[in-house]
Amino acid sequence: MAVAQAIPLRVSQRSVRNTLVGVFGPLGQVFLFVVGSAVVLSAIIIVIALLLRGTRTDTDLLTATLVILPQVIVDGLVRGFLFATIALGYTLVYGVLEFINFAHGEIFMVGAFSGAAFGTLLASAGLLPNIPPLLFVIASVAVGMVVSGLLAVIIERVAYRPLRGAPRLVPLISAIGVSLLLQDGVRLIANVTGLGFNARFQTPNFGPPLQLAQIPVTPERNIPLILDVRALIFIVAAVIMLLALNYLVNATKLGTAIRAVAQDRPTASLMGIDVNKIITITFLIGGALGGAAGILFGVRVGTVNPYVGFLPGLKAFTAAVLGGIGNITGAMVGGIVLGFLEAFVASYLSLLTAGALSGASYADIVAFTILILILIFRPSGLLGESVTQKV
Amino acid sequence: MRALSASPSPLSALNRGPLAYVLLTAYLLLTSVLLLTNTRTSLGTDILFILFLLGFLLIYRARVAGLYKLALGAIMLLAIVPYFGAQNAYYIELAIQAGIFVALALGLNVVVGFAGLLDLGYVAFFAVGAYLWGIFSTDQAGQFLPGFTPLPAESFYLFLALGLFVGAFFGALLGLPVLRLRGDYLAIVTLGLGEVIRVLAVNLDRPVNITNGSQGIKSVARPPLPEVMRTLLPGLNDPQLYQLLIYLMALLVVGLSVFVVYRLKNSRIGRAWEAIREDETAAIAMGIPLVRMKLLAFAVGASFAGAMGVLFAAKQQFINPPTFDLLRSIGILSMVILGGMGSIPGAILGGMLVTLLDLQILPRIATELGALKRQGVVIPDWFDPAQYQRALFGLLLIIMMIFRPEGILPDQRRSEEMHAGAPARPSGQPDQSN
Repeated sequence: MAVAQAIPLRVSQRSVRNTLVGVFGPLGQVFLFVVGSAVVLSAIIIVIALLLRGTRTDTDLLTATLVILPQVIVDGLVRGFLFATIALGYTLVYGVLEFINFAHGEIFMVGAFSGAAFGTLLASAGLLPNIPPLLFVIASVAVGMVVSGLLAVIIERVAYRPLRGAPRLVPLISAIGVSLLLQDGVRLIANVTGLGFNARFQTPNFGPPLQLAQIPVTPERNIPLILDVRALIFIVAAVIMLLALNYLVNATKLGTAIRAVAQDRPTASLMGIDVNKIITITFLIGGALGGAAGILFGVRVGTVNPYVGFLPGLKAFTAAVLGGIGNITGAMVGGIVLGFLEAFVASYLSLLTAGALSGASYADIVAFTILILILIFRPSGLLGESVTQKV
Repeated sequence: MRALSASPSPLSALNRGPLAYVLLTAYLLLTSVLLLTNTRTSLGTDILFILFLLGFLLIYRARVAGLYKLALGAIMLLAIVPYFGAQNAYYIELAIQAGIFVALALGLNVVVGFAGLLDLGYVAFFAVGAYLWGIFSTDQAGQFLPGFTPLPAESFYLFLALGLFVGAFFGALLGLPVLRLRGDYLAIVTLGLGEVIRVLAVNLDRPVNITNGSQGIKSVARPPLPEVMRTLLPGLNDPQLYQLLIYLMALLVVGLSVFVVYRLKNSRIGRAWEAIREDETAAIAMGIPLVRMKLLAFAVGASFAGAMGVLFAAKQQFINPPTFDLLRSIGILSMVILGGMGSIPGAILGGMLVTLLDLQILPRIATELGALKRQGVVIPDWFDPAQYQRALFGLLLIIMMIFRPEGILPDQRRSEEMHAGAPARPSGQPDQSN
């Protein structure tokens, strides 16, 4: 299964144009899906609100819907990029090993915790209020990437490599074990070090949210379009990471080696590629992306606990499958689509059913339903090519 | 067993001829007598209880006549455990829990071990069974069925059977969309479905109150106490009799499960499952109806869980959604893996071992540590072994997968499969050929 869409690429005669297409092309696709998801879902929700308008007398459903719409879109974007960055880790490893790294959600969680520890350390040294927020974000992301990346490499070495070549379920069960062990291991460390089960993610003050615009709905009422600085940081950082990953995979020699290993391990090894090294590097990259996502998540949410990685991990896997597992652009697109869907369900389900159904809970069900539907009707995902099962 | 006797070990000299009879009987007598003379809950009794349970493994492994084994087992299960349990409610509770989990492990073993379908949402069917009895034996059903009165406790037995069918139905229902998936996808999707059932159990209190949400269902009915038991055992009070009744019922269900699973394993269906597990494509080519067989595996496994759910609800008398979380599914999975996937004695052993570890050994260590702490030994507050179940299960899974993927009491065929893919190779030369 190819990691990326086949881009004609000859290492010796790489042209600038090819590089640019390889790096920015996928981003264009992601952008299309962002706009597409936002527009389509907004249209659907507005139509539903119009249809249900007559049934409700207590509030004007249409206005209520429109008032929160910009916020829901921002929320969807943040969720989407969260799932996308985690999903990249799943998809990279799956592309190379055809193995679901079940512990990836926990690698994300460890990243978030290392950021919380970093913040607490700075705060106890009295440095935290003086650091520019942007510098703090960059430094903590670096910490998270190192910790999570190394952790992923160690896990691969200890728990997965001895099982390569065993039946498929064996490494998967081992990965489930790693996931549980990490949850309790971090809980233990958090308790010992005094971070606590619900560790506070201390950050410098990011300042008030940005007010982008005022959209008039009715003459006397405007909808303020607000963007939280942390959400903005999240989105920008995620885009930068995606670009860097695209560059790495599509335009460097290392990326070529990764793609070669993904396509055919024995042949890649015959071509002089050190397969084990490439697999280690893949885990390192995937883990580092997960760790960075964990930090950004922590910065935005404010507290983290040892079980915080499980559900995002599962949903990111869903996103990877939705986009076509093994496909990097697919993982981003899948994350975006899933994030928007979830944000819309979480925000509007309660509103439209007058509180009868809790949106946040049913958003989880929506994610799993999508996973099942995709696997039944289009197992290759939105962007994946169909693959016949190898015997 | 044959494989065991083939491998020469110093112990096998003891396990031969009349000596085996003498040693086995002596061990069982000794542990039983010690157990029955020490009925107070304590660390010592815990160890005795475990040694006593170890007797079952010895019975299984000993080379004595089958009838003799059966007689010994029956005496231990039907006389000694109940008698001991009447003295100390804690241990019979433990035995009941172990029984319930052994039956669940046997059921999951059908899905994971026989058919090779990794099901991470198994506890969902357990939940369905528990809620079935929980809803219809209390006022809860009246919340959404106007004019409904709670069913009489006598209908418990009907529901035990109904649990089988409802479990099987849900198993087939959840199995249907996922059966086309390959092994690892199937695992994640069943995990998702298991979570969906749990989330539904939390949220189905609105708009119509079906499950009473996160508060759970209280005062679930217990099965009626047969008058026979009162007259036969006049010395016991009602709670003791109830425990005894539940214990006997759990024993009965486990016995039935073992019988059914043994018969299934050696049947045409069992061989079909084996074929599917080893090579799906070849199995199709041999004319095995793939979807029907996989569905059957799901349904059979789920039916066990459904029936045990009914029993569990009656035992606890209270059910709420957190009881049926992913950790429980993984706990049952680790029972199957510890014992040996596809192996029936393995599932029984795994079920007992993990239940004991989880419910007896870890809490006991925690209590003992607490006692030490009160005596002034410095033990940090964070160190509470009973709080680290996840780490326990996780370690168990990793270690088993790396060192002994076929489990403690392996199934011969399964063991060969586990090692077929990874031929022995000199260390330091990682496999790159896959």
